Amino acid sequence: MRTVRLAFEAFDPHEELRRFSQGREEAGGIVSFTGQVRAEAGDPVEALELRHFGPLTLPGMENLAMRAEARWPLLGVLVIHRVGVMVPGDPIVLVACAARHRRDSFQAADFLMDHLKSKAWFWKREKTADGWAWIEPRSVDHEDLSRWADVP
Amino acid sequence: MLTLLFLGRLEDVAGEESVALDMAAPATLAEIAERLKPELAVAICAPEVRVALNGELVEQAALRAANGNELAFLPPVSGG
Repeated sequence: MRTVRLAFEAFDPHEELRRFSQGREEAGGIVSFTGQVRAEAGDPVEALELRHFGPLTLPGMENLAMRAEARWPLLGVLVIHRVGVMVPGDPIVLVACAARHRRDSFQAADFLMDHLKSKAWFWKREKTADGWAWIEPRSVDHEDLSRWADVP
Repeated sequence: MLTLLFLGRLEDVAGEESVALDMAAPATLAEIAERLKPELAVAICAPEVRVALNGELVEQAALRAANGNELAFLPPVSGG
């Protein structure tokens, strides 16, 4: 089972995971990752906005989930990604992978997150007292990707 | 009209999310850029900017677009 979607409003990762786990008794392990808007001490960031491009963003996420399914024996994949304006503490992304054995679940979830961070069609900007500013790509995200060079 | 969409930081360069140009005959990227303000023309022609014609990625050099088309300019993504 593959569920991949964009969330245009706040979502509840716990409720999503509860639903994902239902009927997945054959899975020996479900690994999930929730990304949320980070608040740091003294952080001037008031809000974060994620933009997407309709024709490419969701199809790209679906293709990524299919790559994970082709590489690891997964019993289920869940990918939910927020777009819109968020504040610190809000969930941005939820990835969950169910498999008979835990290592496949861990690796597939890790693969999905590395690609969502650096390859998926999202643009991010932050709001501070000075206004909104776009965030440029970070080289560490591309280094993360090189870990998966052997996955077709 | 030919619709140009500017994603990410390109929206700031353009000053708006989209621009409509009257482009009767199919135009190359350079010809389209000529119709825009100079800093936007430079920004959309940068090699790291991907271009989608009617929602499909195309090579900058092969691009031809006219009225009725939508061109989206996609700068490098900044992650989830």
